[in-house]
Amino acid sequence: MDFLSLAFLFLIAGVVAVPLASKFGLGSVLGYLIAGIAISPLLAAFNVDVISLQHFAEFGVVMMLFLVGLELEPRLLWEMRTRLLGLGGLQVGLTTAVVMAVAMAFGLPWTISLAIGLIFALSSTAIVLQTLNEKGLMKADGGQASFSVLLFQDIAVIPMLALIPLLADPDLMTRYAEAAAETAQATAAVQTDAGWGAAFAAGEGAGTGEAHADDGHHAPAGPGWIETIPGWQRALITIAAIAAVIVGGSYLTRPIFRFIALAKLRELFTATALMMVIGIALLMTLVGLSPALGTFLAGVVLANSEYRHELESDIDPFKGLLLGLFFMTVGAGIDFGLLFGNLGLILGLTLGLIALKAGILLGLSYIFKVGGSDRWLFALGLAQAGEFGFVLLSFSTANAVVPAAIADQLLLIVALSMLLTPVLFIAYDKLIAPRFAEAQAQDPDEIDDEAPIIIAGHGRWGGIVNRMLLGAGYKTVVLDHNSTQLDMLRTFGFKVFFGDASRPDLLHAAGIHGAKMIVVALDDKDQATELVHHVAHTHPHVHIIARARDRNHVYELYAAGCRDIIRETFDSGVRAGRSAFEALGMHPFDAERLSRGFVDEDRRAIRELAQVYRSDIPIHENEAYVARALELRAETEAEMRGKGRAFADRIDRGWSPPTVKDVEAETADAKKDAG
Amino acid sequence: MPDLIVYFAHPGQRFSHVNSELYKVAQGVEGITLVDLYAEYPRFDINVDREQQRLLDHDIVLFQFPLFWYSTPSLVKEWQDLVLEHGFAYGAGGTRLQGKRMMLAITAAGPQDAYTPEGYQHHHLRTFLRPLEQTARLCKMRFLPPYVLYGSLKAPGAGRVAPHAEGYRRLLAGLRDGRFDEHQADQHEVLTADTLPLWNEA
Repeated sequence: MDFLSLAFLFLIAGVVAVPLASKFGLGSVLGYLIAGIAISPLLAAFNVDVISLQHFAEFGVVMMLFLVGLELEPRLLWEMRTRLLGLGGLQVGLTTAVVMAVAMAFGLPWTISLAIGLIFALSSTAIVLQTLNEKGLMKADGGQASFSVLLFQDIAVIPMLALIPLLADPDLMTRYAEAAAETAQATAAVQTDAGWGAAFAAGEGAGTGEAHADDGHHAPAGPGWIETIPGWQRALITIAAIAAVIVGGSYLTRPIFRFIALAKLRELFTATALMMVIGIALLMTLVGLSPALGTFLAGVVLANSEYRHELESDIDPFKGLLLGLFFMTVGAGIDFGLLFGNLGLILGLTLGLIALKAGILLGLSYIFKVGGSDRWLFALGLAQAGEFGFVLLSFSTANAVVPAAIADQLLLIVALSMLLTPVLFIAYDKLIAPRFAEAQAQDPDEIDDEAPIIIAGHGRWGGIVNRMLLGAGYKTVVLDHNSTQLDMLRTFGFKVFFGDASRPDLLHAAGIHGAKMIVVALDDKDQATELVHHVAHTHPHVHIIARARDRNHVYELYAAGCRDIIRETFDSGVRAGRSAFEALGMHPFDAERLSRGFVDEDRRAIRELAQVYRSDIPIHENEAYVARALELRAETEAEMRGKGRAFADRIDRGWSPPTVKDVEAETADAKKDAG
Repeated sequence: MPDLIVYFAHPGQRFSHVNSELYKVAQGVEGITLVDLYAEYPRFDINVDREQQRLLDHDIVLFQFPLFWYSTPSLVKEWQDLVLEHGFAYGAGGTRLQGKRMMLAITAAGPQDAYTPEGYQHHHLRTFLRPLEQTARLCKMRFLPPYVLYGSLKAPGAGRVAPHAEGYRRLLAGLRDGRFDEHQADQHEVLTADTLPLWNEA
């Protein structure tokens, strides 16, 4: 099957299945998994190498960790340290131990049992983070705890990969292989129907295992040059590589992006972002570290950078597509022949594994005080085995630790447990979360971070708004696409991000979904109007304050859906007028009242003129507009010069004293009363 | 440092016939502090520290304003609310104004006979000034009888503005020079140009 047909097949499966799954509340992950299952017969018919496709797609996990790192400032990572090491460490340690004990109880040798324990201790970063993000639960306590554990697991993969080869026992493998060969012959008839999946079952497991091991995305296992040099040099090179990522991220990003900005081409930013992520992944693989961990580290380094949101919005679509592909390959990779051959056993083991992992997680949640609905989110969310399990499994097979026959069954358990995870999330949503919803509603709103105020455009005008908001203690996210301006602002300690705020994806990355408010202060009139239109229609919950460059722009912004429009020069013009009044000898309080009256009158006029404004004709050709404008101006002038009453009344009423007649009328009334 | 500070408060000075005359006269009196409150705070953002310092710097505080609804123009109320803080003017440790004098120079549109139990205002003018009087007392200040012009609307036509303004000039100079006889003043409910208790007038 050629590349384009294959791409089309996957794309159409995803495009059809995911919206359907979302519609029925199943979440995108389950949608992709089902899509993968649906196309697996076709893939089998065309002999598509799903495993290598899966390795390619695993790069989505690398990208996801980069994005996760971007969201996580070093300070936050440091605050997480107890949970990261304690919760994560205990989860991996306990799960490994218990799974190993169970495996030994099934009569497996301890080496194989330990390998299985390690494999099953890991959870699926891809599924869990994707689902938590989708449900907006990342910042919840359960989400944070889950993330700590997943991050620890990602780190733990490295020592595991070092440990597994030590468990190798070739003699044991030979015995298992002989036994497997007999079984394979016996079941060959069934398995040919199962298409490519049969390749797993029938003694070729070692072959696929090598394919896994060759893959560089997660495993530092390849026959790399790194293993040929002495240990202390390796350590030095590893440290140097990490330092390179940190230093490069801190000091090189800005000059690189400024250089890229010279070209003024959108796609160059995307290219640069991809180049960075892939480059870091390659570097990490080269020195034998996890690329996911490397890019995560780079993400953390860049979390404070002004290019954070730009990077996020550039990488995000690739991550989404690759993860989608990854989930589909997991779905497609389920060997239904083998599954239905041992349905009871596999299903039982899978459910047992989920129960066991969830049980351990529940216990840990008590120790680490993850309470309420978060406890269940944490326990159910991480109960599956993960994509790192695939990697470790093939690595174990290749290193003669786990025999192929067992590996195939384990592979099924990993895939099935991943397939069941979205179901567990649904169970959490439908059964557990509602029970805690009431209690949570009473908690004060503490996720202010998630409801930021977005300032689009940090020039002279947006800058004032930002300073006022920050000064009063509100949190803002500033987007601007002028690098020079940004550098200047950074120098003064403002938190600003590079990017074109009129792009929906960047707005998304800046958190428009959870935003309270957006202040549209873009210099370009049309861009500002477009942005207002987009936000007003796509995110009606966001309050929009927009800067109008002039009167026409006011009408356009109003038509675009903004109801809080500020004319940029109006207030300063009014103040200048007031200063002029004072300088001409008017009493300051009169000057104040008169200019307030002018503001009211002008706003009334602009509201009236908005009725006759038409965007399709220039105002000087709009006869109705011109006529009404002239009328209104004459009215205002007459009022201000005291010829009309309405305006003067508004300004002077209350301050002009009663007349002699008023006093006489009162006196007369009093006399009548007395009489 | 002058002893006397005059706070003038009139939001509609363009329409004023009496108070603006009085203010003009006050501007001619040397050695006193004059504040046009509505000119200084047209947007009502009173600088509390500055005002408290002004009070500390003077011994006699005189408010000049037209009576609005038996009370002060609103900015004077805002000034009171903000400047006469507890801990400064009253309450625990609020002794900073102790022994100072407070006086009012007011104009009332109604004629004098309106401010009687039989008149249409039903009460004497001093009755309406009780809140200010008590404000002074709580601030440990001595409240002096007010300098009053009744029937202020008819005053310009009746030629009563000039004598009242001249009386105002004499009052301010007397207060400034310490020639104001407080004991004699207390014999009167209100003071007018004819009843000013001043010593040694040149």
